[in-house]
Amino acid sequence: MEKLITIQGVYKSYEQHHVVSDLNLDVYKGECFTLLGPSGCGKTTMIRLLAGHEVPDKGRITIGDITVVDTETGEYIPPERRALGVVFQDYAVWPHMTVYENIAYPLKMEKRPKEEIDKLVMDMIDVVGMHGLEKRLPSELSGGQQQRVALARALVADPAVMLLDEPLSNLDANLREEMRFEIKDLQRKFGITVMYVTHDQEVALAISDRIAIMDAKGQIRQMGTPYEIFEKPADLFVFKFMGVANFINVREENGEYYIGNGQQLVPGDRPVGQAAKWVLGFRPSDVTVSRTGEGLKGKITKATYLGSTMDYTIAIDGEHFRTAIETHEALVNNLMFKAGEDCLINFKALHWFDAEQLKEVEDL
Amino acid sequence: MSNGIKKESSFGIAHVILFISIAVLCIFVAWPVLLILFNAFFVNGSFNSSDFYAVLTEPETFQALLNSLFIASMTTIGSTIVGTFFAWLVTRTDLPYKKFMKGLFLVPFMLPSFIGALAWKMLLSPNSGYINTFLMDLFGLQEPVFNIYTYMGISAVEVMYLFPFVFIQVCGALERMDPTLEESARISGAGLFTITRKITIPLVLPSIMSGALLIMLYSMAHFGTVAVLGIENGIYNIPTLIYEKIHQSGGSFESIRTGTVLSTVLVVTAAAIIWAQQKILSKGHYQIIGGKSFRPMELKLRGLRYPLLFACLAYIGFTIVLPTVVIFMVGGVSTYGLPLTWENMSLDNYKYILFDYEVTKDAIINSVSLGLVAALITMFAGVMISYVIVKMKVKGKGILEFLGMLPFSVPGSVIALGVILAWSGQFGINLYNTVWIILVAYIARYMAFSLKANSAALEQVHDSLMEASRSCGASMWQSLKDIVIPLVRPGMISAFFLIFLPALRELTVSIMLYAPTTRTIGVAIYTLNEDGETVMSTALAGIALILIVVGQTLINHFTKKAGE
Repeated sequence: MEKLITIQGVYKSYEQHHVVSDLNLDVYKGECFTLLGPSGCGKTTMIRLLAGHEVPDKGRITIGDITVVDTETGEYIPPERRALGVVFQDYAVWPHMTVYENIAYPLKMEKRPKEEIDKLVMDMIDVVGMHGLEKRLPSELSGGQQQRVALARALVADPAVMLLDEPLSNLDANLREEMRFEIKDLQRKFGITVMYVTHDQEVALAISDRIAIMDAKGQIRQMGTPYEIFEKPADLFVFKFMGVANFINVREENGEYYIGNGQQLVPGDRPVGQAAKWVLGFRPSDVTVSRTGEGLKGKITKATYLGSTMDYTIAIDGEHFRTAIETHEALVNNLMFKAGEDCLINFKALHWFDAEQLKEVEDL
Repeated sequence: MSNGIKKESSFGIAHVILFISIAVLCIFVAWPVLLILFNAFFVNGSFNSSDFYAVLTEPETFQALLNSLFIASMTTIGSTIVGTFFAWLVTRTDLPYKKFMKGLFLVPFMLPSFIGALAWKMLLSPNSGYINTFLMDLFGLQEPVFNIYTYMGISAVEVMYLFPFVFIQVCGALERMDPTLEESARISGAGLFTITRKITIPLVLPSIMSGALLIMLYSMAHFGTVAVLGIENGIYNIPTLIYEKIHQSGGSFESIRTGTVLSTVLVVTAAAIIWAQQKILSKGHYQIIGGKSFRPMELKLRGLRYPLLFACLAYIGFTIVLPTVVIFMVGGVSTYGLPLTWENMSLDNYKYILFDYEVTKDAIINSVSLGLVAALITMFAGVMISYVIVKMKVKGKGILEFLGMLPFSVPGSVIALGVILAWSGQFGINLYNTVWIILVAYIARYMAFSLKANSAALEQVHDSLMEASRSCGASMWQSLKDIVIPLVRPGMISAFFLIFLPALRELTVSIMLYAPTTRTIGVAIYTLNEDGETVMSTALAGIALILIVVGQTLINHFTKKAGE
């Protein structure tokens, strides 16, 4: 695959605080690449560095075959000559211009002939489903409609790369779901390379070809496909960041691993590598409970009816974790537990982590 | 920045703008003020603080200082009581026609206080004041009842035209105060009196104080009222003494020195007042007053509703309508002293001063053109400086932020004196006795208004709007032109009018700087009155009032449009 964006050894700090440190990554042509991380982790700074609104303290960025910034040679190309489409978190739709004028602006800056501008703008207005609203001012539009204008404006000049900075975070949940598919559709339709920045792992999983997980120190913890990130987390940070997680302590005695303070052996694989103490990590959906058959012995300590699901807190040898089971399934299989009842537990997937890491990550 | 990129990329534009902004503020504001401080403390080139003290303790100077303080204190106390009371009436009671009354209480802003003083002089001067002679005739008295040429008289007139400063601040605070704070006190069983004392007043106190300090600052350095009403009994405050000294001696070294010493006192006081005001406004409990408008709890006035409404109307009638009517009527008679009867009225004076009398014709042309040019220059300079302060990330911005605060704390008479020191030829350029020196002083005086209006407008323009246009292919200049300027235009327009209207009626600065052909409207009204041309003076005052009202109506029209 052809590399389109290359980021090499980029550093950026504000007042001694490192926001991005030694960042290296490549984005391939035509892919949707997502930088995913907690807020304040420097992902917005990365977008701003790419767009040229910030200059790195050190490092080199190339887009296509052009070096847009290189601190060693002193090269710097200002934002207006980078030919990127940028969508901002707060839309940044100009309030004094109509929908049409907003979308036409990049074409006007390219001094395209009037008829061409007119055609391209009207086509784009159709693509984002804003037909008939072209004479409206942004103040007369909903948040979602403003977001569409921002998208159209970023796409209209047919840039090779589009940068999106948390474009959905100001929308309500339903609209967010709808818009993320639309963005994905637009990306496929235009064959455009997208660099997407968000703290929302669901959006990231839904639209990305590849994801890079960034921690609060601005370092990349793992890079890979959504499947790799979710199923094979490189470390505890990634595992915890990608969704609700349970952790239970493990005790090592004579080369065997026991759960909590009891005598039940941990099922499945053994850990690889060295650690003074291990913990097990798993998601609520990776647990099955039953009344009979094989499994570890546990006790239901809390049962909460949540409509479509039953939420259980389970104790096992002094450790506690949560799981959920569909109410319908629980009814059919006689799995409607009450607090105090015994149960049997099986794990579909277990991840071994160094307990030291847990402390480190819990500060986040 | 350690690397060369930032410097190179931003040097071209950012540093040029920063440099020009600093230069503008230095040349127009900082330099004149520095010259005043220098002249106050340095005698023959060497530092001499004992001489400063000697000048300050001269009986005449010291008396002026005391007078300024005394009049300002009386005015502040009076305005605070009047302003707070009316503010409470129109926001927290069921007074009839509240909205209309609120608008009415802002009208005094439009009447320049020296024109008001002129009217009160005609109404209440001990010997010939219309009210005094009327009462003397009526009751067969030998002595006049009122004497306006006193500390009380001066302060009373200042209160009439300055109280809206407190009124506006307190109205705003009372309207924005979260009523649940009072309601929860009421639920806890507190009576209305307790609530007012323990909840409401402590919450609006910062606003009251801030309005009071504003009046203190204004009154300390106020020229017009004291000049019109004080001279008769030899009451001078700081600005009138500076004027008198320099005017009488034709700008002698001695008089300038006294002026600089007094100005230094004014600048220091002003700085202290502004510091105190910011301190009060930034106090924590002020945040309880949010930006939202709530529907506040109202006190039922019951039987007092109409008597209080009548009292408010009487107050407005007495302080605004009566003086205005007197101005227009005296402007209509052929000689001052003729009874104000219908037969004696004519438009001859107005025709004469508008079309035939060189002094007043010049004055109107001067004021209008000075106002326009000063407003335009200051508006554009203000946009640029505010842009650097609010939006740009450049080294050296701190200097500009400091310089930007300066115009707020330099009173008019100080600016006038500083401008004389800076632009009368000692430094190669002599603008003295030309209209240009007044223009330079106006720019310095009104820079604060422009900075305030433009920064407020620029704060509203989010950085990402400009970044979006850069990413759409627009250069920095193109983005400024297409995005920033259109969005701050309402702020610029309001800055323009905020400068143009006060400039039209300006007296404090122009009186120190005028030459025979460069009188402004304010100067012409004042000097004609001094020369005994009372009728011409009042007729011109009438014209000025008409100009002000028309201008204010235009402002309201424009700002309403911009707000939509």
